[in-house]
Amino acid sequence: MIVKRNALTWFERLYLPAIIGGLKVTTRHFLNTISGTTKVTQQYPEEPTRVLPGYRGAPYLVRDQDGATKCVSCQLCEFVCPPKAIRITPPGPTGQPADRTNAEKMPEEFEINMLRCIFCGLCQEVCPEEAIFLKSDFSLTGLARGEMIYDKEKLLALGGTHPGIQKWKHKLEEAKEQETFPVKV
Amino acid sequence: MQFVFFTLLKIACVLGPLLTLVAYAVLAERKVSALIQDRVGPNRVNLPLIGSIPVLGPFLTKLGFWHPLVDGVKSFIKEDFTPAHVRKIYFWLAPAISLVPAFLVVAVIPFGSTLGAQKMVIADLNVGILYTFGIVSLGVYGIVLAGYAANSKFPFLGGIRASAQMISYEIAMGMSVIPVFLVVGDLNLGKIIEHQAQNGWNAFPVFGGGFGLQQLLLIPCGVISFVIFFISALAETNRLPFDMAESESELVSGYHTEYSSMKFGMFFIGEYANMFAGAAMMTTLFLGGWTLPILGLNVAPAEGEWFKGLLHIGIFMGKMLGFMFIFMWIRWMLPRFRYDQLMDLGWRRMIPLALANIILTAAVLALTNR
Repeated sequence: MIVKRNALTWFERLYLPAIIGGLKVTTRHFLNTISGTTKVTQQYPEEPTRVLPGYRGAPYLVRDQDGATKCVSCQLCEFVCPPKAIRITPPGPTGQPADRTNAEKMPEEFEINMLRCIFCGLCQEVCPEEAIFLKSDFSLTGLARGEMIYDKEKLLALGGTHPGIQKWKHKLEEAKEQETFPVKV
Repeated sequence: MQFVFFTLLKIACVLGPLLTLVAYAVLAERKVSALIQDRVGPNRVNLPLIGSIPVLGPFLTKLGFWHPLVDGVKSFIKEDFTPAHVRKIYFWLAPAISLVPAFLVVAVIPFGSTLGAQKMVIADLNVGILYTFGIVSLGVYGIVLAGYAANSKFPFLGGIRASAQMISYEIAMGMSVIPVFLVVGDLNLGKIIEHQAQNGWNAFPVFGGGFGLQQLLLIPCGVISFVIFFISALAETNRLPFDMAESESELVSGYHTEYSSMKFGMFFIGEYANMFAGAAMMTTLFLGGWTLPILGLNVAPAEGEWFKGLLHIGIFMGKMLGFMFIFMWIRWMLPRFRYDQLMDLGWRRMIPLALANIILTAAVLALTNR
């Protein structure tokens, strides 16, 4: 295809149409920006940003609806973690008992090295107790490497509770219902 | 003795604010650019004490008010690097040469009427405009020397372009003001302003002297010479769309590619001081300087009317800053001219048009029996 290139008219060669066009565009943008009609860049550190549901941020431990540690120290997440960011110290035979019913044990120490973590979400996926979740935090900062290793207290404090997920409560109810006869369906 | 004292005082009172204005012009340039491009612009610098004042502190920070301060400090403490391949003497000389003429031009510009018994102009030269053109043409040496001194490709190309461009547009610029002198009949910038106060601004000579036949016929002459002067001023100060000397996208940054720290800062200050000088010249020659045809602001105040004198300075500043804004605005309005287009516009459009305008003005003045 041959594009026909018309010779510039006398008026166009005065540069005037181009100048007036430019004038219009720049004036419009200037006025729109100064009056706030144009949405400009979000001022990130001052204006807190918002992540969508399902965002994979930093992994934190969560408590159940009774405020008890959900983690049972099974070490599956430690095993699956690709960058080996998780380190769990199990309680051993002499350790503290679990602070919730229906759990054999809870970790004595649970550490996630946030510098190693790649936010892949495998720990959340593998956890049989629904005890670890990737929350919405994405900018983790610290002044030293040591600060970036989050221990159990910190992870639990940051994770909060997950009342929506009450896996063992339902299991308990189901188990109790098995005791009675006839079985309720 | 008194003359020397007042002159020194005036120099101090002009140079100080001029340098401050230059610093804030850089900020204004950044802010205006940002607004035109749908951005926010500089809004980071916060001073410890002032920043904690409730409303004012955050507002000034948002305005980027402290950025010029920080930019200046940064320029001073950066490493002043001299590349091994440069021609040292010229390398050191060029920033100074590009800075000094910009300041010298300001000497003859009447930036206000009178304050007390003092005329608000540093040097009341009777050949003011000739002096201005003499000094302005020195400005090209700074850029050419910088391009030569850097001894490498891009600065050299920038220097060549700048020299050709500034020399060509000086002709058009010089010719565009001749109609003004034909009308006014004097070279003294103060006299030019007085004439405009009585007969209307040169860019638009209608009010003041009434709507006589001469006034009406002089309108096109005034407009044409104003437009030519404005375009030439853009070219002289190396502003877009004529920034051939810098043209970042082609020549890295043109003639000051090899400069760093305060030497670069001096080129920068020189460029903006030149813009101010150009804006001040346009205000004086075409927009009536410190006069305003309303509220009796057309005449110089009597001795003792301090407020009116200060108001005149304010009017002059307002007009000048208006031109500065237009300079910044035009930067984002038009793309850069190609080198041959630039030369074509200068030699084959502007100069003939300016010549024709001289003849037209002379004919109008002769026929309307002045």
